[in-house]
Amino acid sequence: MNYLYAAYIATWAIHIGYLSTLLRRYTRLRNEIHEFKARIEDK
Amino acid sequence: MKRVFPILAVLTAGLLSYALYEALVAAPTEQTMGDVQRIFYYHVPSAWTAFILFFVNFFASVAYLIWRNTKADMVAQVTAEVGVIFCTVVLVTGPIWARPVWGIWWTWDLRLTLTLVLWLIYVSYLVLRRFSSSGQTPLLAAVLAVFGALDVPLVYFSIWFFRTQHPQPVVGGGGSIDPRMLHVLLINWLAFFCFAALVCWSRYRLEVLRREVDETLALEALLEPRAKTSRSRSAG
Repeated sequence: MNYLYAAYIATWAIHIGYLSTLLRRYTRLRNEIHEFKARIEDK
Repeated sequence: MKRVFPILAVLTAGLLSYALYEALVAAPTEQTMGDVQRIFYYHVPSAWTAFILFFVNFFASVAYLIWRNTKADMVAQVTAEVGVIFCTVVLVTGPIWARPVWGIWWTWDLRLTLTLVLWLIYVSYLVLRRFSSSGQTPLLAAVLAVFGALDVPLVYFSIWFFRTQHPQPVVGGGGSIDPRMLHVLLINWLAFFCFAALVCWSRYRLEVLRREVDETLALEALLEPRAKTSRSRSAG
C-alpha cells in the first residue's frame, strides 16, 4: 500500500512542481512587462 | 477564451478527482499483485499521454521544417516540455511499481531502456532550446524532434515483438483486462489527457507572451542607442 501511495504522491508532486515553475515564469514575465511600462512612462 | 479556461480547469479537476476515486476505490483489486497494481491507472495513462504529446511535437516540427511557421515551433516546444513531464511520471512510477512486484527498482530491459532514451532525447531537446542562442535553434530542435519521435514506436512496440520483463500490453496486442479495470484505465487516461491539454494551453499562452516581451525588449535595445546618438548630435 505504501508503494501505491508513493507512486500517486510522486505523480502529483511532479505535476504540481511543474505548474509552480510555470507560475514563477509567468510572474517574472509580468514583472518584466511592468518594468518596461514604467520605463516607457518615464520617457 | 479567458472565460472558457477556468470552466475547463474546474471540469478537469472534477474529472481527475473522479478518476482518482475510481482508481483507488472502485477498481477491483488485482489477485496476484494486490493494491500495488493500482499504480497501473497512473503509469499507463501518463505513458499514453506522453506518446501523444511527442507525436504532436513530431508533426509540429515537420510543419516547422516545411513552412517555417512560428506557431508550429511554439506547439513543438510546448508539447515536448509537457511530454517530458509525463514521461518523468512514467519513469518514476514504473520503478515504484517494479520494486514490490519484481523485487528490483530497475532493470536494463528493452522497454525500460528505450523509455529512458526517449526521455533523454526530449530533455536534450529542451536543453538545446533553453541554452542555444543561435537563430538556427528552432531548426536544429525540429530536426532533433523528428529523430526523437522515431523512438516512440520503438518504445510502444518493444513489448509486442520482444520478450521483455515489462508486462505485455493489456489493451491490444493479444492481452486481456477485466472490463471494470479497462473502464477505470480509460477514465484516468481521459482525465490526464484533458489535464495535459490544459497545461499545454497555459504553456502556449506563456510562450506567446514571452516571445512578445523578448521582441519588444530587443526592439527597445535597438532603438535606444539610436535615440541617444540623435540626441547627442542635436545637442552638438
